[in-house]
Amino acid sequence: MATDHSRVTARFMISPAVLLLLGWMIVPLSMTIYFSFLNYNLLSPGLEEWIGLTNYEFFLTDPAFFEALANTLQLVLGVLFLTVCGGVGLAILLDQPMWGQGIVRILVIAPFFIMPTVSALVWKNMFMNPVSGLFAYLAKSLGLEAFDFFGQAPLLSITLIVAWQWLPFATLILLTALQSLDKEQIEAAKMDGAWKFSRFFYIVLPHLSRAITVVVLILTIFLLSIFAEILVTTNGGPGYASTNITYLVYAQSLLQFDVGGGSAGGIVAVILANIVAVFLMRMIGKNLDS
Amino acid sequence: MTQKKIPYQKIVVTAFAWFIGVAIFFPILWTFLTGFKTEATAIASPPVFLGFEWTLENYKEVLDRADYFRFFMNSVIISVGSTVLGLLIAIPAAWAMAFVPGRQTKNILMWMLSTKMLPPVGVLIPIYLLFRDFGVLDTRVGLVFVLTMINLPIIVWMLYTYFREIPGEILEAARMDGAPLLNEVVYVLTPMAVPGIASTLLLNIILAWNEAFWTINLTTVDAAPLTAFIASFSSPEGLFYAKLSAASTMAIAPILVMGWFCQKQLVRGLTFGAVK
Repeated sequence: MATDHSRVTARFMISPAVLLLLGWMIVPLSMTIYFSFLNYNLLSPGLEEWIGLTNYEFFLTDPAFFEALANTLQLVLGVLFLTVCGGVGLAILLDQPMWGQGIVRILVIAPFFIMPTVSALVWKNMFMNPVSGLFAYLAKSLGLEAFDFFGQAPLLSITLIVAWQWLPFATLILLTALQSLDKEQIEAAKMDGAWKFSRFFYIVLPHLSRAITVVVLILTIFLLSIFAEILVTTNGGPGYASTNITYLVYAQSLLQFDVGGGSAGGIVAVILANIVAVFLMRMIGKNLDS
Repeated sequence: MTQKKIPYQKIVVTAFAWFIGVAIFFPILWTFLTGFKTEATAIASPPVFLGFEWTLENYKEVLDRADYFRFFMNSVIISVGSTVLGLLIAIPAAWAMAFVPGRQTKNILMWMLSTKMLPPVGVLIPIYLLFRDFGVLDTRVGLVFVLTMINLPIIVWMLYTYFREIPGEILEAARMDGAPLLNEVVYVLTPMAVPGIASTLLLNIILAWNEAFWTINLTTVDAAPLTAFIASFSSPEGLFYAKLSAASTMAIAPILVMGWFCQKQLVRGLTFGAVK
């Protein structure tokens, strides 16, 4: 059906999107790569000089980098654990017959639409504050000592907030996957006398494995770039206790004006993200063929 | 008289599900309520849930800050502007890829997706410097451009998955009937494409409204949207819970409502068709 004429038209229709994205990707990325080899500080303009891999050497041997890398891993893995486990549980719960299912669904999904700066500040102040937060009140009324969330465990506190934000996303995707499960299969297993427990492990979980993988991969991409939640709650501190790679690069480039060092950090972040991206792309690509 | 079996299991499931649902929603509810309290009531111990004097004082105070309206308008202009611009660029592209697929179509789609996986810090410095040199730092134009580029892959993908479901035979049939190309597009294709375009529009307004990396890093005063306004509460003076709550409620309410309308499309838009 496609004629030569329509092929030319098609190419013409696709090219603006392709050219714009190409420019958006190549121009800044190659600038970052170039800067990462320079000694370039915004406070001393005009003194840029080529210093080879020195920026990488400094960035990768900086103790702050290891702390930030560990924090990034802890944040990503912590949120993944909470959202995937919680998401599977919630999806199974929401898949049961009940009254007011639509309303419960709406309540569960809501956190996803909340601006990151809002959820971070609301949780930090109105819930986790050790004096006037709701959790402090609950602890006191149970006769316990109030836990100083951001003082004692800044990274864990951020993990909890981010997990709350992303739990709906995991739930929604897993629920969608669950609803495509062949109910007859479950019924047959029931007939055969399979226990709830084994039905879950031998039928439900394998069916969800694909959706879980997609959730894990997509979430990882987003979680590697957590920024606003850290900025408004801890500013990465105390020390580097809640700094992730994204925040470290931001601090180095826009707070310390070290363009060279920040660029090297940015490239390191790109490489880390790419490792995940390769797997994700392969999964999505496979789906495109079917 | 027929005796109905009491569905115990359904009762237990319902109670449990509602409990969890309310617990997850609670921070939003609490923020909404706190916005109507006085600052003193907001930090009262024990906390007051409903039995307080409702006041609009906080809303008045937040709105009286001469600049609140500007933050709000910036959010509207940036999110709607970037989405509409993105659609204008993406509709032809997705259209062509869905109806005239070539050998490269799949590769182009995958490549577009890969740009989405580039972490923003990887290009933060060049974008910042380019914006400074072109004088678009802290301008709405600059932010509209950045957010368009960021969401373009998602827009193309979403539209592509919708367009692909429009059967090509319909086009053939219209052509057989001798309909001119323009009529074909206006009367046959457009009505079928509108739902897909509408949900793409909604989802992308939501994503752009809540985007908080570029909007915070590329603005200071003039073009700062609500994400940046709320962030200014991170170093407060004095009591601020009630004011923070009022400001937050206003910032999230429109998007929350839109979000509930397009929750089904959310899965499709954010998994790039990998989960249906």
